[in-house]
Amino acid sequence: MIRDLHNKLINKEITAVQLARQYFDNIEKKDKDIFAYLTLTKEMALQQAKNVDEKIAKGEEIGMLAGIPGAIKDNICIRGTRTTAASKILDNYIAPYDASVIKKLKESDAVFLGKTNMDEFAMGSSTEKSAYGATKNPSDLERVPGGSSGGSAAAVAADEAVWALGSDTGGSIRQPASFCGVVGLKPTYGRVSRYGLLAMASSLDQIGPITRTVEDAAIILSEISGEDIQNDATSAKSSGKRYEKFLTGDIRNVKIGLVREYMEGLEEEVKKNMETAISKFKKLGAEIREIDLPYARYALPVYYIIMPAEVSSNLARFDGIKYGMRVFDFKDSNIDFIPEDKNLLEIYLDSRCYGLGEEVKKRIMLGTYTLSSGYYDAYYLRAQKVRTLIRQDFEKAFSEVDFILTPTTPSPAFKFGEKTEDPLQMYLEDIFTITANIVGVPAISVPSGKIGSLPMGIQLMGKWFDEEGLLNVAYAFEQNN
Amino acid sequence: MISIEQTKHIAGLSRIGATEKDIDKFSHDLSVILDWMKQLEEVNLKGVEPTAHISGVKNVLREDKVKEFLNEKEIIKLFPEEKDGYDKVKSIL
Repeated sequence: MIRDLHNKLINKEITAVQLARQYFDNIEKKDKDIFAYLTLTKEMALQQAKNVDEKIAKGEEIGMLAGIPGAIKDNICIRGTRTTAASKILDNYIAPYDASVIKKLKESDAVFLGKTNMDEFAMGSSTEKSAYGATKNPSDLERVPGGSSGGSAAAVAADEAVWALGSDTGGSIRQPASFCGVVGLKPTYGRVSRYGLLAMASSLDQIGPITRTVEDAAIILSEISGEDIQNDATSAKSSGKRYEKFLTGDIRNVKIGLVREYMEGLEEEVKKNMETAISKFKKLGAEIREIDLPYARYALPVYYIIMPAEVSSNLARFDGIKYGMRVFDFKDSNIDFIPEDKNLLEIYLDSRCYGLGEEVKKRIMLGTYTLSSGYYDAYYLRAQKVRTLIRQDFEKAFSEVDFILTPTTPSPAFKFGEKTEDPLQMYLEDIFTITANIVGVPAISVPSGKIGSLPMGIQLMGKWFDEEGLLNVAYAFEQNN
Repeated sequence: MISIEQTKHIAGLSRIGATEKDIDKFSHDLSVILDWMKQLEEVNLKGVEPTAHISGVKNVLREDKVKEFLNEKEIIKLFPEEKDGYDKVKSIL
């Protein structure tokens, strides 16, 4: 899709400004119902588009992404633009700097339409935890779009953006991509700089694209990846690759692993969807093998110890002191308070009490508990050790196969409110996606048809830093779907 | 099981103000989640090293050089309460 639009721009069939306006028209028509966007950045978008049109008019060569309108998840900073992470505590936060991915995309002359809705601080799998209200699934407005990057996935699915950026800590790019019928890629940990992404769990977070096609995901990855030594010490050496150039669609003799433990107990419809996918891969010449990941079943509890521990530390900065909501800024409160009577501790307590949502508070408290003295060994250290065992499972698996195939989610999109009662039920959404974050490998969700009227996706995981191989397998599947 | 008293203590450590009703709910939810995590106790971890970080990178260093910071004004604008270019906070002494 990006390549087609790029050709239209350079062949002067459409201008970048016209293209941007066309997307703002779509947004105006559809977003009342879908609510994918928290903030629109029309002025900036039209200026960016105008610059591209001037370059084209002057006969300058433009990049593949120049003038192509996209959406940015609201936990990624764009300088001068409101960045809330869908939290009340950052309701008035205007980012004073660009995230590294934004800097790169600006250099690519991409156009930013706006900032998309999400679960507060990326903590959730449905956007129901957004402080501003939930996004709806474009395929069925009574259902969730998935999360936490639900706004980004819905925007792409509803043609309110050509591409979008999301962030993925336990499945937050892939699960909404699956629910909305689009492509979502979580790159290898370290492939993309995290600088300017509001940190949730630093050892797990990764920024990645949500797009209509696998080629588009490859194009976005080429633009946003690379070492960022000044700002993100965990960023890996740049590959210098244009990932879209590796999409041959030839996957003959590629070895794809099926996880025995995951295939047991799949829902009937999901199992059928997987079987169709497996036979497609076989037809394309791939070799299917069964593999074991014996420790993968511990991935969820490991994740729910490590993630909140990192959350409790990362979110300590939201205390009403340097930026964000200080409690007496709180306008809608019916609580009686006299700011002058508050001491420093009360400012902290109240700013966080009113500024943060329930799920966020719960995770901060959970992390504070598991890191506290006396419990550290029993929870955090133990989880880190099991993390080692899960990593070893993957190292062994990847000595036998090139890729691992799973469903992206245990079921298609669920209804609003369906999983909000039991605190564990929502967490189980991440069962297939979470291991990729625990061990750091790249993973992609690709549409694999529908269950009833609802989109469904398959997930492919690849070896560390083998995005080109991973994207090519996904591409081969997509082209034959 | 996380008692009401323990929950209050954790909320305090986390610097999160909470009503009695909040504490009841947190106490229940945290207990459910922590019980569920107990399944990790069945894993034999003898001789297993912890993984803090998957990439294995250590001590990435760069020169400690002063860089000019250009957007001071934007940072000052974010202060919840500003006075003469300073962030005004409660006195602590």
